[in-house]
Amino acid sequence: MTGASAARRAGLTRLLMAAPLVLLFLALLVYPVGQLLMLSVWGKDGFNPAPYARLFASSVYLDVMLVTLRISLVTTLLCVALGYPVAYLASILPKDRKARLLFWVLLSFWTSFLVRAFAWIVLLGRNGVINQTLMSIGLIDRPLSLLYGFGSVITGMVHALLPLAVLTMLSVMENIDRNLPRAASTLGARPGTAFWKVYFPLSLPGVAAAAIMVFVTAVGFFIVPALLGGRRETMITQIIIDQVQQTLDWGFAGAISVLLLVVVLLIFVLYDRLLGLSTMTGAGPAPRAVRPRGHGPVQRLGDALLTALGAVSDRLVLLLPRRRGGTGPETPSRWLTGFVWLLLAAISVPAFLMIPLSFSSSGLNWPPSGLTLRWYEEVFASPVWSAAVVRSLLIGLGTGILSMLVGTPMAFLLVRSGMRGKGAMLAFVLSPIIIPRMIIAVGLFYVFARVGLVGSSFGLVLGHTVVAVPYVVMTMMAVLRNYDTRLDLAAHSLGARPLATLRHVTFPILGAGMFSSFLFSFATSFDELTIALFTSGGLNATLPKQFWDEVTLQISPAIAAVSSLLFLFATALILAAEWLRRRASAR
Amino acid sequence: MSSSDLLISGLAKRYGDFVALAPTELRVPEGEFLTLLGPSGSGKTTLLSLIAGLAHPDEGKVAIGGADVTYSPPYERDIGMMFQNYALFPHMTIEENIAFPLRMRKVGAAEVRSRVAAALEMVHLPHVAARYPRELSGGQQQRIALARCTVYRPSIILMDEPLGALDKKLRDQMQLEIKRIHRELRTTIVYVTHDQEEAMTMSDRICLMNAGRIEQLGSPDELYFRPRTLFVADFLGESNLLPARVEGVSDGVLDLRLPGGAPPVRAMGHGNAFRRGQEVRFMVRPQNLRVSTGEGEGIAARLTDIMVTGSLTKLYMQPLDAALPPMMAAHPTRPDAGSLAAGQVLRLDWQPSDAVAIPGGVES
Repeated sequence: MTGASAARRAGLTRLLMAAPLVLLFLALLVYPVGQLLMLSVWGKDGFNPAPYARLFASSVYLDVMLVTLRISLVTTLLCVALGYPVAYLASILPKDRKARLLFWVLLSFWTSFLVRAFAWIVLLGRNGVINQTLMSIGLIDRPLSLLYGFGSVITGMVHALLPLAVLTMLSVMENIDRNLPRAASTLGARPGTAFWKVYFPLSLPGVAAAAIMVFVTAVGFFIVPALLGGRRETMITQIIIDQVQQTLDWGFAGAISVLLLVVVLLIFVLYDRLLGLSTMTGAGPAPRAVRPRGHGPVQRLGDALLTALGAVSDRLVLLLPRRRGGTGPETPSRWLTGFVWLLLAAISVPAFLMIPLSFSSSGLNWPPSGLTLRWYEEVFASPVWSAAVVRSLLIGLGTGILSMLVGTPMAFLLVRSGMRGKGAMLAFVLSPIIIPRMIIAVGLFYVFARVGLVGSSFGLVLGHTVVAVPYVVMTMMAVLRNYDTRLDLAAHSLGARPLATLRHVTFPILGAGMFSSFLFSFATSFDELTIALFTSGGLNATLPKQFWDEVTLQISPAIAAVSSLLFLFATALILAAEWLRRRASAR
Repeated sequence: MSSSDLLISGLAKRYGDFVALAPTELRVPEGEFLTLLGPSGSGKTTLLSLIAGLAHPDEGKVAIGGADVTYSPPYERDIGMMFQNYALFPHMTIEENIAFPLRMRKVGAAEVRSRVAAALEMVHLPHVAARYPRELSGGQQQRIALARCTVYRPSIILMDEPLGALDKKLRDQMQLEIKRIHRELRTTIVYVTHDQEEAMTMSDRICLMNAGRIEQLGSPDELYFRPRTLFVADFLGESNLLPARVEGVSDGVLDLRLPGGAPPVRAMGHGNAFRRGQEVRFMVRPQNLRVSTGEGEGIAARLTDIMVTGSLTKLYMQPLDAALPPMMAAHPTRPDAGSLAAGQVLRLDWQPSDAVAIPGGVES
């Protein structure tokens, strides 16, 4: 084989590895989103800026955008501030205690957004847990109105996105060398100073990554404001839903999408300027993120601030009694541990409360009374619910398989080959996370409507694959980075051809990682509502769509039964994933 | 007791059922270079962490300069520590890294500058002050870590396998560097390594550890030529170990009988107590084994292999008496190294003062 033909073959292989994902995205992401954006300026009679005129004619829509940004910002700040201690504690605990702590974070993470939002309706309602408890201990004599306001929306949003913030920060904190705070301590730094001057600055990329993930997800959220908010907490995606579902005004939906997209892109550009996008995949900060920090006034101010924070915390620590013997010097303080477990309890309790309520004959009123299986019977007897469950499982399975088929070669390509334009390719692959889900969903609805894919399970598998693939590629890239490629070379040297090497060496070792990647895409599809909201059609609802329809129509105890089942399903998924991980690491 | 003697008494640490460190006594006088040597899991790193205050013991005491610091946090101990992976702060420049301990001690800005400059000078890297750690090579990072933990003149410097990640040549160079800095600063250094050669070249004393206990404590010469246990003889360098039985004891000199028909031999007891009839090991270092071609006293052995390892020539031999195990002699390579040939029968003997009796029979 000559050098030129070898190079050509390598180029062809790369093309084949990238092709499935690129084609999928071109057809189901670029084209639909492009169509939607076009519709905002191109009506039946050519160029038509009317949607934009309407958008800016009154302050209504801009106000909604501002409310959206305000809710997202508050959510982001709270998620990062509350999540930081959790992630920090998880990063310093020994393995087994860390797994126990993370179980609760993951349980919350995998429990459907819908279940968690619904739980807050029950908790905060007039006859809900909080009002009833406060009244029974005599603190209040009339129920407070806790629902349908800014507070309830923020509570729901923070609850929804806190696990994401914790997991994102943890991925960075886990890579901070534990010897660094120790070194600071031997060099004379007290604990507060060691934390603020050494640990905290190193954890900032994680904080930034968590903030951007939470913010972008929050901006595109509609479940929580729709279920827990009042009219004044209407968020921008709810307006888009109205345009599509009620008035079918594609042009105006497109114009709002453009506004939303511009805002999100602006935020990403800002983020990339400050920190570099590669921090999102956990590859560590780009070198240039560290380099150009000179000793400007901002830098000096930050340094002085951290020094002051360190000194203050050290003064505070001095007030606490010093522990001797028994526990080691690196045992986390009881204050930190107590706070974290309190927070974990707060995010776990709402879903747990669904279980007693689902067996209660007094409906959703607190406290539960009587014991009945009526609600479960109702759900199991209903053909609508059981059809939705089967459909969701099948679509999840299909999405899992298709995203693995499309995502795995791309992950190999991005990790293993030295191709040019890797950064651009990575940005393209991750774009379904960056582009608000609602825009993709509306675009897909428009395109599917014209080719007759609305209401078909196949269409939903395609749509879900677009949003699940980035997670597959990200997890597979992480798995592949930890894989020793010399094993492949060893197999080659022993006479195995590339495919035989994949079959006998690479895949068996990567198996557990691939399966958790599959689980991730399955769960993404299983819990997906935005795309299903439009494209599942009226009769072929998925489980989240069915849940949504029921909750927005009436709040029935049967929903508590479904919630409990979904919660148990999430628990089973995590335990399965954990079991797999243990089995893989025991080898 | 002088101002910064390190005194360890009855210090012990367990992790569950695992005894990381059995109750241990150790005294390190000011200015000494002491190496904690041992295989992994021998307790050397545990002992170092307890001295540093990075872990708390289950019992016992650590005192520095007479003050009990057993449960004091690291930042109150006046120690410096060099970590295996250097542990330079990646978000600070080299200058900021070295200035860190001085700032923690509230040293004035002007003095910080001059002392950082002096520290960089000491490790021959004055030009890297403005760079970040990741921009330096492993050897350079090593020097910076050294500068950082010495710049504030701590009374004790602890080093946890600091040269483990460097290649052989750089390691030799850094060994000399650390020795030089030890001489210049005259601080106490407690150095952890599993590399016996490194321990031999650098230490005033070696504390050889095994299974959570101190196996033997002494100068490199003592450990090498007068090992008191089989573990010490085996861990440090190469040795010829033959099974033997004590026939007589007089004045610390032992008469031993080797297996088979070999003539009786003499060996030194070096402080261990022996009794007649005891099963022991008889040890001679390869370089003390004299090899001759003529007739005479000693053990007759057939030459099986000759290996020239640069400066040394090693002769591998099987005694004609099959009851004896294979033996090895090592001597400086001479131009006539080629005059011996495999298969030749040689005669081995040694000075009785070079032979050592070690308690513990075969399979002990």
